This record gives sequence, structure tokens and C-alpha cells, in this order.
Amino acid sequence: MKSFNYHAPKDVKDATKLASSSSAFLAGGMTTIPSMKLGLASYKDVIDIKKIKKLSGIKVSGKTVTIGATTKHVEVATSKDVKKAIPALAKLAGNIGDAQVRNRGTIGGSISNNDPSACYPSACMALNAVIHTNKRKIDAEKFFTGMFETALKSGELVEAVEFQIPEKADYQKHPNPASRYAIIGVFVAKHKKDVNVAVTGAKSCVYIDKDLSKKLSSNFSVSSIEGTDVKSSGMNSDMHASAEYRANLVSLYAKKAVEAC
Amino acid sequence: MTKVTLEVNGKKVSKEVPDHTLLSVFLRDNLNLTGTHVGCDTSQCGACVVHVDGKSIKSCSTLAADVEGSKVTTIEGLAKDGKLHPMQEAFKKTHGLQCGYCTPGMVMSAVDLLQTKKNPSDQEIREWLEGNICRCTGYQNIVAAVKEAATKM
Repeated sequence: MKSFNYHAPKDVKDATKLASSSSAFLAGGMTTIPSMKLGLASYKDVIDIKKIKKLSGIKVSGKTVTIGATTKHVEVATSKDVKKAIPALAKLAGNIGDAQVRNRGTIGGSISNNDPSACYPSACMALNAVIHTNKRKIDAEKFFTGMFETALKSGELVEAVEFQIPEKADYQKHPNPASRYAIIGVFVAKHKKDVNVAVTGAKSCVYIDKDLSKKLSSNFSVSSIEGTDVKSSGMNSDMHASAEYRANLVSLYAKKAVEAC
Repeated sequence: MTKVTLEVNGKKVSKEVPDHTLLSVFLRDNLNLTGTHVGCDTSQCGACVVHVDGKSIKSCSTLAADVEGSKVTTIEGLAKDGKLHPMQEAFKKTHGLQCGYCTPGMVMSAVDLLQTKKNPSDQEIREWLEGNICRCTGYQNIVAAVKEAATKM
């Protein structure tokens, strides 16, 4: 790993002052550190944001659950408040990676990295999340812009993610048996007025399957999406799964999620 | 360079190291605690698992500077007064290892499991150990070891 300067500022202002075009914010480091070790990324300055107290924690209000950027997966998975308000979100967090990854990895890190097969982006999309940064609030659908790309500008830092509490929701994942990343992950959320079906792992970036969402919005039942022809065009094809297989999994896991709601 | 002060296996240690020093490197190269193994070096195999403030983590994916001020327990810190920890004893008794390379990580991970869940099922043990890869045993005796230890801890 190439050398860098490590910083551990105590507040967001100091953290953003240190930021430059050759710096990275470090939260759990579960992707950043392996990427640096493999030589895929290198930085002059690594800015650890875990010492910034206000970035960690879970708050539930009447309609939303807000999770601080450096809140660890294990904390979301075991939080009584999250389990009560959005059990599907606790379940999702409890199945990310392995126990040691969940003890370090954070929600802010996961969404800022926007891995095409990460779990959290699907929850953000389906639960109409608003991403709070040090500069603005960004709707999830505008936040995830492409493979490993987000709307974040240089020096902009995710502070928290605010999820809308749905009437019902479930997340179903077909994990890669080694990495536990989603070969396919489908997050179904039934809100008062409509239903969102968010898919991760299938394409270069998380997305809402509009067809499935529309069908479930008019009739929230497995039968309403039975036989839906999910198109494989634009889907990833790799050693783990072909595009056609992924397309089939999307429809299968959407049904599983609706059943589990 | 950065000064890293930790409590490792009950002893306070302080070393000046390059900022990019990994916790696994700090333990092995600076403290000569070579019981913590580095297997894949890509955060998948779990041979490098240690406890930081009581929680199991992968030391090959954590900066030493990042855990400044923490209490770290490595495999060397489990045995007390020359007596093996019940988890180590159970691995020995049930033949939960062959080559032994993954064993320090397995043991540290399994100890953390029993801290949070006293009597885990086979399924729960297998799920918990997803982050620890063993290429010898086929896992059967590792699961047996964790179950055995659960009766003693």
C-alpha cells in the first residue's frame, strides 16, 4: 500500500478543510483499505471521520428513520428502533458481508462507494431516502448516478441517511457465496400511495424496476407480478451469473419479497 | 509517521509507525505477535481476525492509527496462566484444525460469537463463520468445537 497522511478530525468542518482532489474520507474502510492495498486507489490524505461524534447514531421520528453516516452495519442490524420501524432494513444490514465486516462497515461508506452490488443503495431507493450531506439534501434517485459514482462533489461528505418508514417492506438477496455481495438484491417497499421495487446487483447501478413497481402499486400481491418478463438487456453478465439468469432472479426475488411482506 | 498507543493483551504498547501501517502489520512486525495470520490480504479469509474493544474485526483491513487508544486482544492473549482458553481447548479436543493457518482467526471469531450468543445453533455458527475460510477441515469439526466450547463458556 502506498503511503499517505492519516487524519482524524473531530468535526465535519475540519474534515472538509482537509479534503482535496487527492484525499479520501475513511469510515469503516471495508472497501477503501482493500482498494488501496490492491493498488486500485491511492491518496495523499486519508481523512478518518469516525471520531466525529455527530455522524453516528440512529433516530426514529414519526415518519422517518435517520441513520448517521458512520453507523456500523451491526448497529443497524441489532437496533430495536430500526427493527420496529423498518424490520427489512435491519435484516438487510444483518446480511451484509460477514460478521467482521458488519463490525466495521458503515452505511455512509456503503452508499458513497455505490458498488453496483451493494445492498444499502436498494434500501435508499425503495424507501425514498434523503441523503444529508454537509452541503445539501439529495434524493436517493438523484444520488446514485452510475457505477461507483454518486452525486457527491469533491469534499462533500455524507452525514446521514433519512429513510421513509413504509407500511411494509422486505429485502431478498441472492448472495455471492464468497463475498456475500448481491448477485441480485430486490428491495420491495409498500408506501401509502405506491410501491417501489429497487434492484441491486443486476446492472451497473441500482435502479427502480418501474414495471414491477407499477403492477404492485395497483395490486400488492404475488399474482400481480406473476409472469412479468424482466428484460435482461443492460444487465451484468459474469462468471457468477449471466444477464438472462439475473433477469430471472429479479422477478423471482421480487415475488419472494412480496410474499415475505 | 504517527504514534500508536494500544492496550494489547492487557499490556500498554506505544510505537511510532508510518500512517499507512495496518493493524495486522503492527501486531506482527512491530510487536512480534505472529499468531495473527495474514492469509488472503483482501479481507475475505479471516485469518487475521482479532478483537478490538471486544468485537471481532479483520486486522488486515484496519489501520493501526484508526484503533488508537483501543484494547486489542490477539490469539496470544486468550490463554491465561498457561491454561488454554475454552475455545482453544475445544478446537484441540474436537480436532477442529489441520494445518492450523486459519485457526487463530477462527478461534477469535468464534469467541466473539459466544459473547453475543451463548448457545448458537449449527446454522448460526456456520453463518457467523462466513468470514473465516478453512481449506482443510471441511468445517465439520470447527462447528463441533464451537458447540463444545459453548458448553464450557
